[in-house]
Amino acid sequence: MKIDCKHVWEHISAYIDGEVDAALRADIDKHLETCEICSAVLDSTRNVVVLMADDRVFELPAGYSERLHARLDRELDLKDPG
Amino acid sequence: MSASNPEFEAECIRRILAGEKHLFHDLIRPLERGIYFMLYSLLKNEAEAEDAAQETAIKVYQNLHLFRGDAQFRTWVLSIARNEGLGRLRKQASRREDSLEAETDEQSGDYTPAILTSWREIPLEELERKELGAILRKAIEGLPAIYRNVVMLRDIEEMDVRETAAALGIQEGAVKVRLHRARALLQRELAPQLKGFAPRRKGLFGLGK
Ligand SMILES: [Zn+2]
Repeated sequence: MKIDCKHVWEHISAYIDGEVDAALRADIDKHLETCEICSAVLDSTRNVVVLMADDRVFELPAGYSERLHARLDRELDLKDPG
Repeated sequence: MSASNPEFEAECIRRILAGEKHLFHDLIRPLERGIYFMLYSLLKNEAEAEDAAQETAIKVYQNLHLFRGDAQFRTWVLSIARNEGLGRLRKQASRREDSLEAETDEQSGDYTPAILTSWREIPLEELERKELGAILRKAIEGLPAIYRNVVMLRDIEEMDVRETAAALGIQEGAVKVRLHRARALLQRELAPQLKGFAPRRKGLFGLGK
């Protein structure tokens, strides 16, 4: 089946997650072969997804874990009083 | 993200409740990143999210005897985090326009992508990553809350659809719809800004087909 750009965009997120069925995937792949616009949309959307998963892009605040466990120590009443 | 380990968790919980309180540190450690991002996605403020994360950990500790083991421990912990975050949001009158209740999946919006062909590669330099991180965080903060939640749990915390749905108390179908819209809005917002990051090495990450 021939599909248009809008149709591709609607399924782009599911396509990236591997959640479109084989027939739709084949249609989208075929469209991507000839459509520079959709190829670029797919690449940039996938870039966004890859970047978000990068631990270096989204970091915990410095010292977060240490402060959390220090607070827990107080709460658990385990701190050495001396 | 660390995969949860039900046997380790059950054993830990049993021993903590039997008096080995210090084991709580080990129980909560694999979840502290998820707790933080859940709260940050709601509160959009680092200091507030951290404070709420500490409160969440304490609440988990205080309510540990209530955990039944019929849900995943992580899902249970994240729903406590979510309640903590929602409670704080309710107290912040100034942020009422961003309230979760005001937004539905039916809301209209333009989800057509930004059309461009120049941002196709991911910049690799450390400096660019840092700059990029700031741009990305800003874009995510600008999303409607219901999308921000989902995209943070799915794409940043890398939770699966089922767990995301359970942690947010929504249907799996809603997770998928919101994720799609969130990504589309982010692509729209980010792609034009990221044109300035020049392509480096083509074909990396298997991109470009
Ligand atoms: Zn197209």
